[in-house]
Amino acid sequence: MTGRSTLTYGRVSLGFLAAGLLALAAADLGVTVLHPGIELARLLAGVLHPDVLAVGLRGVVLTMAFAVLGVSSGALAGFGLALVFHRVRYFCAAIRSVHELFWALLLMQVLGPSPAAGLLAIAIPYAGIFGKVFAEMIEEADLAADRVLPPGTGRLSRFAYARAPVLARPIGNYLLYRLECGLRSTLVLGFIGLPTMGFELESYFRQGHYAQAAGFVLVFYALIGTRRLWARPVTLPFLILGAVAALAWLAPPVLGGSAWTALGRFLFHDIIPRPFRPGGGAFLPWLWAILRDQAMPGLVNTLVLSQLAMIGMAVLALALFPLVAARFTGRLGRPLGRVLLVVLRSTPEYMAAYVLLQLLGPSMLPAVIALTVHNGGVLAFLMGRQVDDVVLRPDAPRGLDLYCWEVLPRLYGQFLAYVLYRWEIIVRESAIFGILGVRTLGFHVDAAIQELHLDVAVVLIIVTGALSMLIDAASRTLRRRLRVENKPVRLAAA
Amino acid sequence: MLLSLRNESAGFAGRSVLSGIDLDVREGERLALMGRSGAGKSTLLQLIYARLAQQAALVPQAAALVPSLSVFHNVYMGRLDRHSALRNLRMLAWPAAAELDAVRQVLERVGLADKLRARADTLSGGQQQRVSVARALYNGRAVVIGDEPVSALDRQQGAAVLRRMAETHGTMILALHDIALALDYADRVVMLDAGRIVLDRPAASVREPDLLQYYG
Repeated sequence: MTGRSTLTYGRVSLGFLAAGLLALAAADLGVTVLHPGIELARLLAGVLHPDVLAVGLRGVVLTMAFAVLGVSSGALAGFGLALVFHRVRYFCAAIRSVHELFWALLLMQVLGPSPAAGLLAIAIPYAGIFGKVFAEMIEEADLAADRVLPPGTGRLSRFAYARAPVLARPIGNYLLYRLECGLRSTLVLGFIGLPTMGFELESYFRQGHYAQAAGFVLVFYALIGTRRLWARPVTLPFLILGAVAALAWLAPPVLGGSAWTALGRFLFHDIIPRPFRPGGGAFLPWLWAILRDQAMPGLVNTLVLSQLAMIGMAVLALALFPLVAARFTGRLGRPLGRVLLVVLRSTPEYMAAYVLLQLLGPSMLPAVIALTVHNGGVLAFLMGRQVDDVVLRPDAPRGLDLYCWEVLPRLYGQFLAYVLYRWEIIVRESAIFGILGVRTLGFHVDAAIQELHLDVAVVLIIVTGALSMLIDAASRTLRRRLRVENKPVRLAAA
Repeated sequence: MLLSLRNESAGFAGRSVLSGIDLDVREGERLALMGRSGAGKSTLLQLIYARLAQQAALVPQAAALVPSLSVFHNVYMGRLDRHSALRNLRMLAWPAAAELDAVRQVLERVGLADKLRARADTLSGGQQQRVSVARALYNGRAVVIGDEPVSALDRQQGAAVLRRMAETHGTMILALHDIALALDYADRVVMLDAGRIVLDRPAASVREPDLLQYYG
């Protein structure tokens, strides 16, 4: 026995529950709109009569092009990073700890609302993610054949025969799955001004044109739902070529001399802390003021929001996962459950929060609901997939008894592994929701950028990145001490 | 003398697996390495392979195939060191007729010629093991080192595969668990127990009961 107190599944669950209750006491969850029902009725009417014809082909093509190019260039860079991962581990952690929306906000200061800004905003954080995941895949790969090769086999032959074929499938599957995430990211980038579907979608939502907005969302679901049809290993080269052509034709790059001047001004003036510029003042008081007035309140609100969403996600997932398990729903019910969960997880949480904010008014409630629904859908989907793999005795109980006595106890370790893995994702998203007006870290980042205090914005983004790295480390430690660190956690795995 | 080990020892993570190993192997010998599981057979084979790698082909304990490549490619891999990287790359995409023929002939010897184009992961465990043997045969080095190379085959099939191996490889150093098979195809038996060599005699002078006691 070690001197450390033992961590059990129960204690960790209770700890999160307690943190959630504390957050509940601190959170502002009011509905501030006087008659939410009226707007909701208009929204429902729009959803029931979606205007698909309002969707311009240009936005759809550009959305796909951004996602394909952003994700594949991120993957290419990530593969390079993975090959030297032991040297770039912290670099990867740093670039992926900054959300793509923050990257976009910063890059747009330099490049304007141009294709290059959108591509880099996706490629940079994705390179960090790919670097880490590819490195793990290389580590986990079964390289038994490699060890049997005759001595003297060249490096290239060794790679082509014994390594690449082993790695191609997991890497390819992961890349194609990430395209789906890339589509969601791209849509959301439109909300802050880049020329994707999200740009028009946002303006329809803002003006209350719900039928047109619903048309956009439907087309977007169709894109995601048919991903396995159009994103395949054989179509990938065509997708990439098509994406290059589409971007060159529909959104010609505006890179020119002005971009270099802008980059110079950005790097050597705008993000240099004010105290270090001529006539700036003292550094520490400047930093302290930012930390006290913006970072701290933002940090507290980010944690309050994310802990509430963690509880919401866990409860929703535990309630919904039987829907996609044949053992609970039968062969007929399961496809319906799948559709529901695919819709829940395909809904970008940023868009859901945006819509709910309009319906319910500014408070933390819309953000909590959006995070709960999206992440709960993902988690339920992952859990449900495992239920049918559980081998039960022939005389196992049914229904609620089966759930409580056989299924949940067996899967609870896996459940905690998923929950802990999504902790960092939820915190990153919580910070981002500030851009919508919830007073998390993103609120202060957005405000600083609006006021052109880019030096302040950079400090706040670094604080946000540090927070998500801290949560990631805490999640890792908990998973290790609960001995669930080897359970699969990635959505694309299995 | 092909190989000469003197008072060799080996271990993992501070735990000793082999100790005081003295072993001479001459060219042309067929040596059966025996002993219960955990006795140190695999470790000794690794030690031997490390010394003989330039002259030996290896049949590892697990088949160690690349599941997504064809049987042809998995066997061709035994000779990657003989060709340029460029030729090896070309062979991945467009196998040349000459190589296909050569590999088919090797596969015929283990009874798998009809599986030339099949993906390795569509084969049964026993077939995969025979592909692994074919890879070592195709490799063409004079010595073959095998860790239970026929463990997934029945006795008749195993005997046939061992006979084929003996035709082309002058020297064989094989870990085997089937006593009858070992006595039939080896000319020398080396028994390991708890990391030491406890018996080293010509197969002709050994009978089954002599060996059985070490498995008790």
